[in-house]
Amino acid sequence: MIALFLAVITLLEVSTYWPLEEAWTDGFGLGVDILVPTLLLLMVVKFWTVTWFFMHLRFDSRFLTMVFYFGLALAAAVYIATLATFEFWS
Amino acid sequence: MSNNKLGMWVFLGSECLLFGGLISTFLLYKGRIGEGDIGPELFDIPFTSVSSFVLLMSSLTMVLAVSAIERGDHRSLRVWLAGTAALGSVFIAGQVYEFTAFYREGLGYTTNLFGSAFYTLTGLHGIHVTVGIIMLVTLIILSVRGQLAQNRSETVEIIGLYWHFVDIVWIIIFAVVYLIP
Repeated sequence: MIALFLAVITLLEVSTYWPLEEAWTDGFGLGVDILVPTLLLLMVVKFWTVTWFFMHLRFDSRFLTMVFYFGLALAAAVYIATLATFEFWS
Repeated sequence: MSNNKLGMWVFLGSECLLFGGLISTFLLYKGRIGEGDIGPELFDIPFTSVSSFVLLMSSLTMVLAVSAIERGDHRSLRVWLAGTAALGSVFIAGQVYEFTAFYREGLGYTTNLFGSAFYTLTGLHGIHVTVGIIMLVTLIILSVRGQLAQNRSETVEIIGLYWHFVDIVWIIIFAVVYLIP
């Protein structure tokens, strides 16, 4: 079931490229470009699903979750700071 | 708590820093393409989507392999490990094809900053997948030799953690490198 869920999410991601690219950039008629936020959200959902279920973080010690997500948070913080230094968002 | 499992999670946490650096470097260099130069227009999204799906399914077979060793079913373990290694090899073959196609189109490692960042990021990921395949084949050999008892199922689980991590890194690379315009 988890694998099926991940496959559906992947199909949704690919749909942003074809055949529904215009629909995503138009926000399905709302006039708002939701393409990039949607892709980022789907990426996070897949990431969390694999770590939580396939990598057994759900069933293992909480300490392991803290160790992994600490590394992830540290990486995110360091590289968001790097991108900001190089004015990536401006 | 198992020290071996904790050690692998600490290692995977450090790998987040490695790939985070490469992904942020790619984001910075993504637009560094000279006028008339080669860039992301080379991407074949349908082909890469199939590659991504193959790697995703290899995570499923890895989960089934771990479940098999925990039940003491060695035959199923070997089948699922072989399936995981095979799917990983298909993914690598796809990457090799993609790299050679891009090179033929004029995007080499030193063509521009985009090319260097792209090949470094995806190439290093490919090396990680290859190392994973070697570990999976090693597990199959150990199982055939009878050196992988049911009470050593944690060994398979730890290799599985590495394999799943390689998959989730590709989840991020696929979205950030290929899909996000």
